[in-house]
Formats: sequence, C-alpha cells, structure tokens
Amino acid sequence: MNLTEPEWQALALSAQVGVWATLLCLLPGISCGWLLARKDFFAKPAFEALLFMPMVLPPTVPGYLLLVTFGSQGSVGKWLKNNFNVEFVFNWKGAVLASAIIAFPLMVQAAKLSVQMIDRRLEQAASTLGSSPFKVWFTVTLPLMLPGILVGLIMVFSRSLGEFGATITFVGNIAGETRTLPLAIYSATHQVDGDAMAMRLIFISLAFAFFALLLSNILSRRAEKWIGLNRA
Amino acid sequence: MLNLDFTFQRDNFCLHICTKIDAPITGISGPSGSGKSTLLAVIAGLLKPQCGHIALNNRTLLSQHSVDKTNAFIPPHKRKVGLVFQDGQLLPHLSVRNNLLYGYRNISEEQRHFSLREIVELFEIDHLLERKINTLSGGEKQRVALGRAVLYSPELLLLDEPISALDERLKHQILPFFLRIKSECKIPMIYVTHSPNEIEFLTDTRLIMNNGQLIANES
Repeated sequence: MNLTEPEWQALALSAQVGVWATLLCLLPGISCGWLLARKDFFAKPAFEALLFMPMVLPPTVPGYLLLVTFGSQGSVGKWLKNNFNVEFVFNWKGAVLASAIIAFPLMVQAAKLSVQMIDRRLEQAASTLGSSPFKVWFTVTLPLMLPGILVGLIMVFSRSLGEFGATITFVGNIAGETRTLPLAIYSATHQVDGDAMAMRLIFISLAFAFFALLLSNILSRRAEKWIGLNRA
Repeated sequence: MLNLDFTFQRDNFCLHICTKIDAPITGISGPSGSGKSTLLAVIAGLLKPQCGHIALNNRTLLSQHSVDKTNAFIPPHKRKVGLVFQDGQLLPHLSVRNNLLYGYRNISEEQRHFSLREIVELFEIDHLLERKINTLSGGEKQRVALGRAVLYSPELLLLDEPISALDERLKHQILPFFLRIKSECKIPMIYVTHSPNEIEFLTDTRLIMNNGQLIANES
C-alpha cells in the first residue's frame, strides 16, 4: 500500500500527538489513580466525577472549553503566550492537549484499578521490614501497578490516535499541523476523489487499533508474569 | 521486654490491653474477632491507638495521652518489629533471594545479626533462592517469610497465624523452625494461633483474649 505525502504526514502527526499525549497523562494519571484508590478526602466523589467527565461529554465540549481557555484571547492562552511564547491553538501542541484531556480518564481508571488490586498487606509487610512509605511506594506499589500502567498507556495512545471532536474544535484541521488520522479521513470523505485515500487511512487506523490492543495484551501479560501473577 | 498499656477503638470494637511480655515465645489465642491480629498490628505500628503507652526494651514506640497531650509514635519502618502474616506476604515481583534481602538491605552492617547464608541454611531454602514466589509451595513460602523477617534482625517477631493455612504435614515440617529462631536467633516472638497444639509445642507463656481484652495469662 503506497501512501501519499499527506497520508504520511497524517500518520506521523498522529503518532507524534499520541506519544506526547501519553507522556502528558503518565504521571498525573498514576497520581490521580492512586489518590482515588487509596485516599479519602473532602468532595472525593465530585473530584472523581470531574476527572471522568471527558469520557461522557461530547468531545466538542472539552474542545470548545479548551479553545475558550487556551485560545489567543483565552485567559490561560494569553498568559502562556505573553510569558512563555507558547501557543496551543491551531498547532500540534493543542492537538496533544486535546487528546490528553480526552484520554486522561483511561489512564486514571487503569491506574486506580491496578492500585485497588494490590494487597495492602504486601505494603505493610514491606514497612515492617524497614522501608519508609516513600520506599514502599517505589519498591512495592509501583512495580505491582505496572501491568495496569502499561494498559493505561496503550489505551491513552490508542484513544489519542482516534481523537477527533475535541481536536477539530480546538485546533482545527490544518494539513501538516493538526490533521491527524481521523481528521485526514474526514477530509478525504469530503473530497470528490477522496474515497481511495479514505480507505487507505481507514485500513491504517484498523491496523493501528488492532496492534495497539494486541500489544497491550501481550505487555500486560508479560508484566503480570514478571510480578508473579498467574492468569489463565 | 514489651510493655503494653493502650486503648484502640474502631467502630464498635475496643481493644484494651495492659500487660508485660518478656517470655521467649508468647502465645496468644482466643476466638475470631477477639482482637489478636489487631493487637499485633498495633505493636507493629500499622494501627495507632487513641491513647496509651507501648515500649519495647525501654524504647517508647507509642506514647499517646490526652490529659498531658504527650504524643509520640514510632512508625512501623523504624520499630525493628518483624511481622509474619498467615500467607507470608512475599513480594511477588521479586525472587526468593531478593525477598530475603528486602529488609536486610534496609539495615546497617552493625544492625545485622545474621547473614543470608546462615538464614538460608537455618530454614533450608538454599535450593529456592532463584525461584519466583508464585512457584513456591505454601510451606516454602512460610519458610522464606520467616527467613526474611529474621534476616531483618528484629528486636521482636510477631507471627500472625503463620501456619494456619498449611496442611498437617507441612505444619509439622515448619514448627521446628520456630524453635530454631528461639534457640539460635534469640529473637523473642509473639505467636497468634487458634491451635492448642501449637501453643503447647512452642510457647512459654500463653495469653487468652476475648472481646478486645486479655482474660487469662498462663505461664
């Protein structure tokens, strides 16, 4: 299958956006997942609802809110532009931000579940063997969270590849800058002679999705084996 | 010597203990829900009583008094009190060797009373060192858990029904190892069990608990 220049561009941009969005979600996702699994605090249900809202909202809603906040006239956008010369709107960095926000709940959910599955007595045993809470976290909790974190990362990456609504609302559909795979498919379906291009990109999307899920499965099995869990 | 005088309250359950423990092996028995495991968790520092005083070998582990507002609490990782759970709680992502060395690496050379070699020979686990935890039998896991706890050179070893999950054959294999800890390692132990046989075989002093209180102290 020979891809044209714009198709390669969309593919590369999607991978770039996916990788950055995944990295952006990593630490906050693990932190929020751990917080939700282990701590009780004031307004926890409201905090959790807020974190998971991007999963149930129409993606255009966070997209529009991002535009209002991070746009050139938005409060945060103006501040970032004036102080750091950083702009999110209508460029690939905005696509990363939109993808990360939409996919963030997947990372939080995976991290939360992985913490909930850890037997707390393992951590207690480690603390009675002289490990400080900090050391227990890094030598027991984090390694045992690994399968969940891996699954979360791959889910975030896959979701980022498929992100459409928030991206097009926030950063538009600019070839070579913000036109990721789903946006390129959308554009192709609106071109008179775009059917072949759309089909090629659809095949690539299908392959990406399949291999991402396959990789997620293989890696999580390996990680489970590494931490000594048996799975049927 | 362990001095206990504290009250721990959670929901409708109240654990109130006032006693001194200085036997090489002290057995604690009592019906389920009487507070045996809670007592061990309090001594280990995993639970914090609302008030009272706990001292181990004249070192204050807890001093919590509402009247004069004194407040001292030594966290579990600074207590030098080992705890072995019913199912060992070995770290599944580490090999047997690294489980054994987990606590050992947390203490200084001067604090180490035993070497890995000594412990491996004492508990007969040499052939298991490179194995993953999920490949061990129940008896092997408990021997590794005991070895790990002893290698940490604790001042006191708490054993929470350490062999109750094993079958009779394995129990008889493991029991002599506790006597070895007593005679060779000289670490005082508090041994929680439901089994009169284990109490009879191992312990020098027996405490009986019911409904959060000690109701008998037999030597």
